[in-house]
Amino acid sequence: MASLQTSDVVRWGWFLPRDAALHGPALDAHLMLNLWIVLGLAVLAHGLLLVGVMVRRRRAKLPVVMLEYLPLLALTALFAWLATKSEQLWASQRYVGADPAAMQVEVTGEQFAWYFRYPGVDAAFGRTKLPLVSAAEGNSLGIDPTDPKGKDDIVTSQLVLPAGREVDLTLRSLDVIHGFSAPEMRLKQNAVPGQTAHIHFTPTVPGEYAILCTQVCGLGHYRMQSVLRVLPAKEFDAWLTQRELAKARFESEVSR
Amino acid sequence: MRVFSTRHRDVGLGYVAISLVAVAVGMLLSLVMRLHLTWPDWSLPLHGPVLPEEYLAIVTMHGTLMLFFVLTVAPLSGFGNLILPAQIGTRRMAFPRLNALGMWTMWLALVAALAAFFVPGGAPIGGWTAYPPLSESPLAGPGQGAGMDLWMASIALFCVAGTMNAVITLTTIVKRRCEGMTWERLPLTVWAWFTAALLSVPAFSVLLAALVLLFCDRHLHSGFFVPGQEWINGVMIEHRGDGSPLLWLHLFWFFGHPEVYIAILPGMGLVSMVIANFARRRVFAYRLMIATTLLIGLLGIVVWGHHMFVAGLNPFAGTVFSVASLAIALPSSAKVLSWLVTAWGSRAPGGQRKPMATPMLYALGFVSFFITGGLTGPVLAQPILDEYLHNTFFVIAHFHLIMSMAAIFGIFCAVHYWYPLVFRRQLSERLGRWHFWLTLLAAYGTFLPMYITGLGGEPRHYAQLNGIAGPGARLLALTMPLQRHITYSAVVLIAAQVLFFWNIQRTARGPKLTEENPWGATTLEWAPGAMDDEGPKVRVVREPCCYEQDGEGFVPQWAEPEAVSGIPIPLRGEAE
Ligand SMILES: [Cu+2]
Repeated sequence: MASLQTSDVVRWGWFLPRDAALHGPALDAHLMLNLWIVLGLAVLAHGLLLVGVMVRRRRAKLPVVMLEYLPLLALTALFAWLATKSEQLWASQRYVGADPAAMQVEVTGEQFAWYFRYPGVDAAFGRTKLPLVSAAEGNSLGIDPTDPKGKDDIVTSQLVLPAGREVDLTLRSLDVIHGFSAPEMRLKQNAVPGQTAHIHFTPTVPGEYAILCTQVCGLGHYRMQSVLRVLPAKEFDAWLTQRELAKARFESEVSR
Repeated sequence: MRVFSTRHRDVGLGYVAISLVAVAVGMLLSLVMRLHLTWPDWSLPLHGPVLPEEYLAIVTMHGTLMLFFVLTVAPLSGFGNLILPAQIGTRRMAFPRLNALGMWTMWLALVAALAAFFVPGGAPIGGWTAYPPLSESPLAGPGQGAGMDLWMASIALFCVAGTMNAVITLTTIVKRRCEGMTWERLPLTVWAWFTAALLSVPAFSVLLAALVLLFCDRHLHSGFFVPGQEWINGVMIEHRGDGSPLLWLHLFWFFGHPEVYIAILPGMGLVSMVIANFARRRVFAYRLMIATTLLIGLLGIVVWGHHMFVAGLNPFAGTVFSVASLAIALPSSAKVLSWLVTAWGSRAPGGQRKPMATPMLYALGFVSFFITGGLTGPVLAQPILDEYLHNTFFVIAHFHLIMSMAAIFGIFCAVHYWYPLVFRRQLSERLGRWHFWLTLLAAYGTFLPMYITGLGGEPRHYAQLNGIAGPGARLLALTMPLQRHITYSAVVLIAAQVLFFWNIQRTARGPKLTEENPWGATTLEWAPGAMDDEGPKVRVVREPCCYEQDGEGFVPQWAEPEAVSGIPIPLRGEAE
């Protein structure tokens, strides 16, 4: 894929990167709404402050209700409205899990790399055990070789996904807390050692996107980056089949 | 002034000195950070290029010094000790020896923190939040060994000293108010110190407890904050017990969120009083201001979870913390409204006194930063937006505008306002004005663009933004032009502080002030003899901020009624 142009990445106006996830536009619209309201209130308050210190004192007496409680009531309504809107978006994304038919991918953070595991043809991940982790033996994730479900698991260093299909990511970490972040997917969730977290989303626009680590995790934190490649569905199927065949060939060679 | 003095003024100045040392080091560290971010190949004089782990150590220590030793120590412990007793009409703080001990414990904490730079591995690299397992094992990175132990010792000492000071402050306010100083007549500064001290006790105690548990995880192989098995830097570590880093996050932010209110509340209180004084009128909605101070304190202690929306918290819990956090916007807005109304029309007709003296400028600057920084609080309090903005520079902009700039302007306001009271000399208005405007503009030039780089996706704690292959680096490289601009602004911002120190240094040799009450203030610390150890006892007969319509005449809290019977006092709850 050709390198992205600046115009591809930056949405004019507020410097937001391009948006390539199904839930993204609603989130962006809500973010923009918030930013405009914040800007408006900030300008209004500064206007009042500047005019206020420049005018001479007036004798007119205004009651506290007009100057304090009414504006507060309006602000309460404003914040309640924003909270309701944002909670609807949050609930639609996080209160329910992924569709059972969603594609399963496991994301593992380790100082200072991301690993992505696909379940293979059996659609099930093999068991992992921390004592089995050994990058030297090609088992960075500690997949248990005695578990048949793990035989066909595919591990990659780039996250490759089909456009238009929901993905269910399972996040975990081997060592310290990492922050899985895909700005163009409007996605962020920490990977915490000792527990797993799920996030689900649907990438929409094919392209090459950033994966960053956003939780300080040690001296290589800034280079704990990876690539999210979103492919058209057909190209993705070809990519996955190729990977599965290669894995099967490797497994049969090992067992021979 | 004796070194081991137990006088509250000496203790207060000791605390201020701690903050001066910490702010000087913290400011230099931020300069190194900015230069390194903008020009990664830049070589630090006498040191060489800045390595990634050194960058993280600098970030960690900058946050630690500024948050703990500047923003907590100066407003609460420093000015609390210097001014609070006189403001409530007593000659001394409660438990003077314990008070002095607290100050010296705080020095020890500062020395321990600074010592972390000079041990093998250097200072810790996990940020001021010290999340485990990064903070739990020396294997996790340089600085996480001896440097981290020193950091923990430092913060533990800080917690002990901070709790001592909070208990002393609370006892002083409750037990040592002079005759007539009822709760309703207390200046808002005292209410703010009171609320900040109330918050300090549970916050610092919980942090201290968490540090003890972390110490056990580090050195006794317990597993409070780490899972039973972990794999760090190629080594399997087994722990007794199976814990979770999330427990640390809960305990840390249970301290960490109130902490930001501990830092900002004293500034809020002072600014309320200073605006009223220079606008020559009552604080608008005085009783509501007391209520909102307490309400902000109360809400501040139940919203820690808004730091954890994407940390692995149940999304339903996120909703609860979100609503509670949005609720804080209301008492905060009430305060802003009150400041706006109080300041409205502050150019009193025909008055001799200039309303725009430097303390007033700093107070208005505080209000401005509080608005521009505070308004993005509700944005970050919405989990769906935090999902995008969490740990980006949007957050850095938000808390630097409020915490660093507003709180620091609170401190500048305090220095300019109370300098004549403490030293009987007046700081130069001209230098103060220059310092104010340069600092205000450079601060906005530095921190406002960070909102934009944050929206562009720039994460915190990145030692380098460009020069790495891949789409991530391409995304981050787009912020570089703004990064350069931010660095230039930051250099101006830091350089402008020379004016402040020059002003102090110059004034220290200047002539003594003859006027007892140069600002025409009404609160008790300006009463004749109130700052002396053996002054006459004072009595309070009314609430603060009673001024005449023309802005010239004023009735101080201590003036006996028969002496001022002709002056009308404005009605409560009305703006003139
Ligand atoms: Cu990481």
